[in-house]
Amino acid sequence: MGTIMTEQTQATDPKKPVPSQTENKPDIIRVEGMNKWYGDFHVLKDLNLNVRQGERIVICGPSGSGKSTFIRCINRLEEHQQGKIIVDNIELTDDIRNIDTVRREVGMVFQHFNLFPHLTVLENCCLSPIWVRKTPRKAAEEAAMEYLERVKIPDQANKFPGQLSGGQQQRVAIARALCMKPKIMLFDEPTSALDPEMIKEVLDVMIELAGSGMTMICVTHEMGFAKTVADRVIFMDGGEIVEEAPPHEFFTNPQEPRTQKFLEQILQH
Amino acid sequence: MAEPMLKPPKSAISPITWVRQNLFSGWYNTLLTLVVGYLLVIGVGPVFSWLFFDATFLGSGPSDCTGTGACWLFISERLNFFIYGFYPDDLQWRVDVMFGLLALSFVPQFIERFPGRKWFGLFGLTGLPVVGYFLVPGGNFGLEVVESSKWGGLMLTLILAYIGILASLPIGIVLALGRRSEMPIIRGICVVFIEVWRAVPLITVLFMASVMLPLFLPDGMNFEKLMRALIGITLWQSAYMAEVIRGGLQAIPRGQYEAADALGLGYWKKTGLIILPQALKMVIPGIVNTFISLFKDTTLVLIIGLFDILGTVQSTITDPAWQNVAIEGYVFVAFCFWVFCFGISRYSQNLERKLDTGHRT
Repeated sequence: MGTIMTEQTQATDPKKPVPSQTENKPDIIRVEGMNKWYGDFHVLKDLNLNVRQGERIVICGPSGSGKSTFIRCINRLEEHQQGKIIVDNIELTDDIRNIDTVRREVGMVFQHFNLFPHLTVLENCCLSPIWVRKTPRKAAEEAAMEYLERVKIPDQANKFPGQLSGGQQQRVAIARALCMKPKIMLFDEPTSALDPEMIKEVLDVMIELAGSGMTMICVTHEMGFAKTVADRVIFMDGGEIVEEAPPHEFFTNPQEPRTQKFLEQILQH
Repeated sequence: MAEPMLKPPKSAISPITWVRQNLFSGWYNTLLTLVVGYLLVIGVGPVFSWLFFDATFLGSGPSDCTGTGACWLFISERLNFFIYGFYPDDLQWRVDVMFGLLALSFVPQFIERFPGRKWFGLFGLTGLPVVGYFLVPGGNFGLEVVESSKWGGLMLTLILAYIGILASLPIGIVLALGRRSEMPIIRGICVVFIEVWRAVPLITVLFMASVMLPLFLPDGMNFEKLMRALIGITLWQSAYMAEVIRGGLQAIPRGQYEAADALGLGYWKKTGLIILPQALKMVIPGIVNTFISLFKDTTLVLIIGLFDILGTVQSTITDPAWQNVAIEGYVFVAFCFWVFCFGISRYSQNLERKLDTGHRT
């Protein structure tokens, strides 16, 4: 699937975002010496990562390498046991208020969409702005419609998620996260549960979003997407960050043997 | 998932063909059909004769019940007692008002296009108990007091069931959430509460409430017997309700919790807006099942000397003036229960259909 998309996104992408100019921007995420265990199992080993505002990071790696767990630590869907995670100048600790503040600023898109099936598309999008941001309903709905237009499904606003295709649901999920006007967007394998013909519509939305200057961290196997939008590609294996490089370098000249092996496996079919 | 343009073809078989295909398709099927048909005629026929054709509906006293059929006269003569118990005749309008409001609140729920039926239902769940609290016992606003020992019949059954249902649902929700709480003390309290109450038969609960509870209460503090029964029924029912609702909570995929967390909804908003609406919808059949069984279990208050509809009927059928009216009495009670329980059941199916948003997660 990786190779298919490589060609598609490169061939059909007229709006390839310019590389983000983030050298002078401040760090919005700082991960320092972070460790996590599930019982005795050491899932994440001494991770360090700084992400500047507006940077686009793609994390890849074999399954079970801890990449999803890693980004789920950034909005504390998982807790870490050692080290520091500082998001938008707030350190994630047990303090529930800090966690809620961080979550308001960090949008997340899941592999399985996780839309709320009992609410319409519009209600899904408005829920959090209304209840968490205290936006008046009318303003929230107008904003939601704007985002639904941006992900190209304004006409589905009054349907229920169960009536939409996978690709449409994932685009709604992106719109729902954007409605909170987050500073950072996390994508946890957003296209892995989709049928091949729906992957492109979701990637197009993500590429458009990348062009708008959003800070993005994507766990994905879409190497085409990584080449197109990433400022840095991070390769994880066995709970460690093995290699970290700009996409061009990463794909053409990987340094670590494990990275080379991984790239061989996913690019050669 | 667009609507299909064409409906699947209907089977266009005439009734006669259907009968031939299904009832008389061979000699053994024909024989079976005839035997069953014969049994139905000789079995059901007399029942109908007894219920309707040979029954006595009109008259002025026991002496008019001379036919071989049912003596419905007994029911109509004693109907006042079966509905109001010992509630004074001249004050029964207060109960009638409550019956009227009850009907007004819930009958519109069955009529799809009734304007504003949601508000009627909402009144039934909030305003109705308040009105009832002041109207039925009296004592305020210049209303004469009617002690609860005089309440009885259908009215008492409805009070017990209605308050039990209304109060046990929220308590059950709280208990179910508590049992899934991450805080050990809260979880512990809820587990103990649920396991204790659920393991005790309702009869025991009622007995404890009426006989033993007064012994433990400090002097001067006492509730009426009805109130104690109500508290007992409600707590007992909440334990059941909690387990039904917990089933629904456990069926919600973890992704729903995570999505709500990721959007920054706190615990209460997540629970109230995302988890509970889905969980409750999922367990409507279980909740309704519990409601219906509570409705029928209220008849057990008979053993602590409260006269619900079954109690009033049972105390009347021994009246020597009427002979052999036991069957009529019980059929009447069964019919009353069936009407209400069937109504609850239909409404819940209605609700399930309405809330179905076509999702299967």
